[in-house]
Amino acid sequence: MKEVVLAKYGEMALKGLNKRTFEDMLTKNIKRRLRPLGSFTLTRAQSTLYITPDDENSDLSEVIDAVGKIFGIAAYCRACVCEKDFADIAEKSVEYLDEILTGARTFKVNAKRADKAFPMKSPEICMELGGIILEKFPHLTVDVKNPEVTVTVEIRDTNAYVHGENLKGAGGLPVGSSGKAMLLLSGGIDSPVAGWMMAKRGVHIEAIHYVSPPYTSDRARLKVETLCEKMTPYCGGIAFYCVPFTEIQEAIRDNCPEEFFTIIMRRLMMEIAQRIAAKDNCLALITGESVGQVASQTMAAIACTDAVCRIPVFRPLVGMDKTEIIEISRKIDTFETSVLPYEDCCTVFTPKHPKVRPQLSDVEKAQNSFDFESLIQKAIEETELKTFNA
Amino acid sequence: MPVYLDNAATTKPCAPAVDAAVAAMTENFGNPSSLHRAGLDAQLVVDRARKIIADSIGASSENIIFTSGATESNNLALRGVSAAYGRKRRKIVVSAVEHASVDETVSALEKSGFEIVRIAPREDGKIYAADFLAACDENTCLLSMMLVNNETGYILPVKETFSAVKRKFPEIVTHCDCVQGYMKLPVRVSALCADLVSMSGHKIHGVKGAGALYIKKGIRVLPIVTGGKQEKGIRSGTESVPMIAAFAAAAEALAPTIAQRSERASELKKYLLSRLSEISKISVNSPDDGSPYIINISAEGKRSEIMLHFLESREIYVSSGSACSKGVQSGVLGMFGITGKRADSALRISITAETTENELDLFVSALSEGLEKLRG
Repeated sequence: MKEVVLAKYGEMALKGLNKRTFEDMLTKNIKRRLRPLGSFTLTRAQSTLYITPDDENSDLSEVIDAVGKIFGIAAYCRACVCEKDFADIAEKSVEYLDEILTGARTFKVNAKRADKAFPMKSPEICMELGGIILEKFPHLTVDVKNPEVTVTVEIRDTNAYVHGENLKGAGGLPVGSSGKAMLLLSGGIDSPVAGWMMAKRGVHIEAIHYVSPPYTSDRARLKVETLCEKMTPYCGGIAFYCVPFTEIQEAIRDNCPEEFFTIIMRRLMMEIAQRIAAKDNCLALITGESVGQVASQTMAAIACTDAVCRIPVFRPLVGMDKTEIIEISRKIDTFETSVLPYEDCCTVFTPKHPKVRPQLSDVEKAQNSFDFESLIQKAIEETELKTFNA
Repeated sequence: MPVYLDNAATTKPCAPAVDAAVAAMTENFGNPSSLHRAGLDAQLVVDRARKIIADSIGASSENIIFTSGATESNNLALRGVSAAYGRKRRKIVVSAVEHASVDETVSALEKSGFEIVRIAPREDGKIYAADFLAACDENTCLLSMMLVNNETGYILPVKETFSAVKRKFPEIVTHCDCVQGYMKLPVRVSALCADLVSMSGHKIHGVKGAGALYIKKGIRVLPIVTGGKQEKGIRSGTESVPMIAAFAAAAEALAPTIAQRSERASELKKYLLSRLSEISKISVNSPDDGSPYIINISAEGKRSEIMLHFLESREIYVSSGSACSKGVQSGVLGMFGITGKRADSALRISITAETTENELDLFVSALSEGLEKLRG
């Protein structure tokens, strides 16, 4: 039996004259993600993408899995391809949906007749097919209000399609449709989730990470690279910048008051991130900060960090609790990697008593006691770039 | 040149596998758990291997646990799952034609109080998903069946069985011993509906001493060995980096050509069967639609072991039943309805896609000679 995957657009279906741009972006993203799984033909009609495997025997479970992670798709399902002939539709529906219907108690039939030349009208299709299903599965009852299974028949230009369950897609907008932004990726739980949330809004993510050997290890860096890899099924390819940060951290330790260590470090991280972002056409920075989570994420501290930023800083987790963030990180499968116990640069030289409500003027004064410019430039020059493909 | 037709017992390591093992022994010899660079280099070898094995079955890296081989994988699967889920649900359903590493393990579990149900082939020699489904109930914690039988090449209806059972009893853990199917048939864990899959390195031209167990996310497997918490604590013990590297190198070399090799093996099987049909007194024990890599025949009247040693004197290596059972008469053949003298004279010829027609000719002529010369 020939099977296809149907992917229905999310909010991009509502776009006006720009819709085509979004569609092209989505098609391109899907093609790229499915490339390792075989060869597929993509066609589109009425806010739906039809993904047809070129090899009829290919297993669609992995395709379904991949499609469920692609932003821009609101709902998706696997469907059986039928001739545009009611007898064929009825026969295939019963066979194709055997598994789902056997396990259900209530159902309804929903028909969409896009091709008005089809001889039966939608209510007729529903009634006839409903009757046949009831005959075949006598344990079922019809429930049009709240059915466990909705059997959907779509009559399109060349074929009819039958499917039994719509799966909820990743939603959002196709990655790339909103431009690029630079994600500050520490290796903790929050930053991959922040990246995922912005990718959902169509933002193409690049990532920047700071390493401080020998205070941080190669394994800590590898952990962050693994996080990048794990984000690619959702975010697409990621350009990963790795900034050597040891000298800057040592300079902070030697020249600034201890209570401001973390806040100055974050200001310098932002400074480096936005310079690299500018070189790579990123329009914003993304961080995983959430108000009040730690001393450097109080509102006063965020104000001090933001004072150095010349481009917008997106903080999609700003109003979320840790438990909510962890829930998402488990869903996108970054949690287990994030909790691997390696020291990262944020935990090097942490002050015993950080300032919880720092004043910008005090921070600036503390930072101005040393000229970081040459060290910043050196760090940017020595930054390494690695790309992760979806 | 010897003719090696016992590839279901073990295979010759391929060049990439040998190279990978040597590199891991000479260059990346560190302990993957060590914190220093030498340790990290060894860990990267294992990580890379894990990714290759995961990709080859449509899984992701964190689902793969390396073991010493398929016997350990099967033990870990059966003992680990029954320990995690078997306190209240005390029933395990298996096929009656499993390899000893499954069969003996469930027998041991039976002694510790589990109820074991073994599903045998019906009279037509076939195994039916319906029989497994009928045997499963709310009290069942585990269902285990192999993909390809190691003695006859019979392909079990794993996908049908697992999907039917999962539909009715989603909480039953499904385990598939894929040793004779892996890299020979397409094995995708999602298509099989398998929670656990066992694989072996030396059956796919890797080196003896490495195998893997796929564990689906969310399935609990308690360790059967305790120690330094390697492999997420599920399989303690320093990873055998060279064997693991060889296993992955072999899988990487074979994965792109599963379909082509299978087609070639089918041609060879067909050729062998047609050559054998020229000899009377030969009956074929393997089903037509079985694995093309395993051909089990009976040379009637001639005891397997005598024929095996006769062929050996001509430098032709085949197996009598399964090599692991070392000449013990196979209970598995009996399950498939092959008994008495026919079972006593069974020979297993197991090929690779690189086996040649010429080698098969040599085997057939030696076999005919043996049939004429040998008494008893």
